[in-house]
Amino acid sequence: MPRTLDQTTQEVLELATRHFRVTPGTLAPSDDFFRKLGINSLQALELLSRLENHFSIELPDYEMQGVSDFKTLAERIQSRL
Amino acid sequence: MLDLSKYSSIGSALHDAVQKFSGEVCLIEADRDRENHRLTYREFEERAKPLAKALQDTGYAAGDRASIIMTNQSKWLISAYAIFHSGGVLVPLDYKLTAAQQWDLLRHSEASVLITEYPIWRQLSAAADRRALCTKLRLVLVTEAPANADLAGAQRWEEFRAAGEPALVPRQRADIASIVYSSGTGGQPKGCMMTHDNYLEQCVALTSLYPFWPGVRYLSILPTNHAIDFMVGFFGPFTCGAAVVHLRTLRPEFVREAFAKYKITYVSLVPLVLKNLQKGLQARFAELPPGKRRLFDALVAINRVLTKSRPRLWLSRRLLPQVHSAFGGELRAIIVGGAFTEPQTLQFFYDLGIPVANGYGLTEAGTAITVNDLKPFRADTVGKPLPGMEVRIANPDSSGIGEVTVRSRTVMSGYLNEPELTARAIVNGWLMTGDLGYFDAQGHLHLVGRKRNMIVTEEGKNIYPEDIEGAFDSLPVKELCVFAADYIWPRRSMVGEQLLLVIHLEPGQNLTDVLRTEIVRRNNQLLNFKRVHGFVLFAEDFPRNASQKILRDSLRDSLTILDRATVVQPL
Repeated sequence: MPRTLDQTTQEVLELATRHFRVTPGTLAPSDDFFRKLGINSLQALELLSRLENHFSIELPDYEMQGVSDFKTLAERIQSRL
Repeated sequence: MLDLSKYSSIGSALHDAVQKFSGEVCLIEADRDRENHRLTYREFEERAKPLAKALQDTGYAAGDRASIIMTNQSKWLISAYAIFHSGGVLVPLDYKLTAAQQWDLLRHSEASVLITEYPIWRQLSAAADRRALCTKLRLVLVTEAPANADLAGAQRWEEFRAAGEPALVPRQRADIASIVYSSGTGGQPKGCMMTHDNYLEQCVALTSLYPFWPGVRYLSILPTNHAIDFMVGFFGPFTCGAAVVHLRTLRPEFVREAFAKYKITYVSLVPLVLKNLQKGLQARFAELPPGKRRLFDALVAINRVLTKSRPRLWLSRRLLPQVHSAFGGELRAIIVGGAFTEPQTLQFFYDLGIPVANGYGLTEAGTAITVNDLKPFRADTVGKPLPGMEVRIANPDSSGIGEVTVRSRTVMSGYLNEPELTARAIVNGWLMTGDLGYFDAQGHLHLVGRKRNMIVTEEGKNIYPEDIEGAFDSLPVKELCVFAADYIWPRRSMVGEQLLLVIHLEPGQNLTDVLRTEIVRRNNQLLNFKRVHGFVLFAEDFPRNASQKILRDSLRDSLTILDRATVVQPL
């Protein structure tokens, strides 16, 4: 059964929580991940690689232009599932 | 290499380069483990000329401005070639800026043509209200748009071609070749007007120290809109018949693979990426079994001794083959730019037999001012002035420290539409860099701080404290402002620069937990590299002028006499 957008969003949040070792439940879909996690562009690229492996998709860098919140990130992933 | 003294423009030099090196590999474009293109100079020309002809057929003429907003890829360079061939002025913009910022710069530059990628155009189109302000913009070309995409008035780059030979439009050396934006305070656009002479002279100077030739492969990672990559990732290699390698993804794992796969000769990185590379290598070395680790450390020590006076690449490659093969075995130097690099990082790579060409430059100076010539390698300085660069320390103090000033044919002609700003930046022909430094007995420049109230991050981002203050607007205090800590308390270092919030509380107000929590909350909403690291409670009214603007230098003087260690409260 295909994932819903809500499920994808939840998985993105869980993966980011684990990857950046933040307290579970502190990340929300509308959060700006650069601001909330205090990460730099290189760390954001590492997260994208983790997400690609998890969802078994390719996320071209250009698709990520201007994307900085978990919800939009999940939408971009959902469109490629 | 072409004899650039014979050329009057970038366009004419590039034209002859593609003829002279027609059979050599010019561009390789890869996406992950796939290779998108591999073009010879002849094939490059076959793609660029129909674009130039189509541009000229629309009436595009000498001096017309055309902007490129693209990630690093083959179409960036093909488009730039077409613009220069047609006598145009290139306006390279940062693809990482927001759509609103890009529109503002397009308007400021008065570009009549925009060449961009579809995902970027999708964002730009969404900010249509700003587009209306770009009255000069008459043609938009979009690359790689999906078949059914709404192009919002743009044309497909791939279909925008015309048959026939385009005219090679002549330009003089003093003509403007490009307008390169560097960030200014308060979002004020600073469009550096670079002449053909600036680029031609810089190219000769740089390639005299770090030469290119057919067969050299430069990995282009820093955005090509930056002065460094434009020079060492486009114009420099092209005038020497070398190849440029573009990656469509910059994930660290694919970048690492590219070194070995494409036998990279040179690469440019910002300090943040270089340090990340160092961390990755150190982690791998730490995993070695104790015996192998001791042997490895001994080989590194031998390499350090044998390369003390100058690099010996062939020797280092034999002593440390695993390290060098991971980088492809052909790497001659890593060029680092955009911000100051810590000496221990530079030494780490040099000890492995990988020289890092650290230097110092400004867009306004035409990229590099000083570069380490590796004769011998020095990790503690930013090197010596490039050939043709006059560098002087203005108003030196008793230790020889003063503002670094530069006079050279590579210095920009000025800021676009900003005569006052230009007059402050270039005084009697000398570019005032705003950086503080001194020369040692060997003629190496040491940078020790900034004269300006700003910081530069390891990602090469210029941060102006005034631009951070908005994040603390309406904080319930009497007044506040943000400073670069080193501007208040100079510390003779260019790394680890920090921002500080200076707060003046209302009479009788105390610093409560609620207020502190609110400061932390506001701070955390900023991007990580814009965050303040601490705050200072200041007990007096801020000095202000008649229009109530804070007199920052006077306030700074009042803060300088305080003890940094005791007044700064970390956040």
